[in-house]
Amino acid sequence: MKKTMLLLVCVIGLTLLPFLIPHAGDYSGSDNQAQQAISQLDPNYKPWFAPIFEPASSEIESLLFTLQGSIGSAIVFYILGYYRGKRAAHADH
Amino acid sequence: MNQMKRETSIGLTLLPWLVLFPQNASAMHIMEGFLPPVWALTWWILFIPFLALGIRKLKQIVNQDSHQKVLLALCGAFIFVLSALKLPSVTGSCSHPTGVGLAIILFGFLIVPVLGGIALLFQALLLAHGGLTTLGANGMSMAVVGPLVGYLIWLSACKLNLRKDVSVFLCAFFADLVTYAVTSMQLGVAFPDPHAGIMASVLKFMSIFCITQIPIAMAEGLLTVLVYEQLTKRQLLVARGH
Repeated sequence: MKKTMLLLVCVIGLTLLPFLIPHAGDYSGSDNQAQQAISQLDPNYKPWFAPIFEPASSEIESLLFTLQGSIGSAIVFYILGYYRGKRAAHADH
Repeated sequence: MNQMKRETSIGLTLLPWLVLFPQNASAMHIMEGFLPPVWALTWWILFIPFLALGIRKLKQIVNQDSHQKVLLALCGAFIFVLSALKLPSVTGSCSHPTGVGLAIILFGFLIVPVLGGIALLFQALLLAHGGLTTLGANGMSMAVVGPLVGYLIWLSACKLNLRKDVSVFLCAFFADLVTYAVTSMQLGVAFPDPHAGIMASVLKFMSIFCITQIPIAMAEGLLTVLVYEQLTKRQLLVARGH
């Protein structure tokens, strides 16, 4: 339990670290900047295929990302909880 | 001769610039349409055999007892969660972990092409993140080469009798980092620097992807250890001899 908490604190610390040190970034998560690097290297390059479906706005995009995370964590915690309960029930008998 | 000298000097002048200003780029999978057709196809052709092996492995596991199926679902779900988390990094840009470490440790690297492929497909179809044309390349980096290196590190760590939590951390950390090193290489060979050549270009993309990825890979390693220990606590890993 103690170790779990310690691990969590470390993860949170790593996430907060960027806000404590100086840098010029703006936390952009868009892929635009990687595209910039490509257009520097090859100014004539045009993407030859566009995504079939694009989220209508960043709100919709964050909805879908949240959905992805929630589906995943629902499964993870269901399984962890299931086996915890199973062991507890086993210990009772 | 002169030409070569010029190339080297451009490469050298580029280097400190790369190290100092890596922040203005995000580290993600390769975007839709952003690999020339030849490369997109090449990476797809390379990825397909691994996908086939992965599906075979998946069938084997599903045919075993239900216990294994549950663990498999857990590994897939873990990849799903972690690749949805865009984390801020010390460079001031965001990137996300891959989450493949757990699957590598529980089932070996050959299962990852399927599990990672599902996450990549979901993001390509619904989130316009990554892409269908670049899925072969992204699959090779995140679901084949990264996991293979992670698996080798896990095996060596076990041979060296390192502590289990340290081994788990190292496996997840390197699988994540190597994924983005491969991404840089893929972009570098597809878009060589017109003056300084392929290596300069690879370095440029590495400065974009890998520095950002270091703290995120560490966070991923820690989260993988966390879940691994929970599985151990529930005695889910005893039967596998770990």
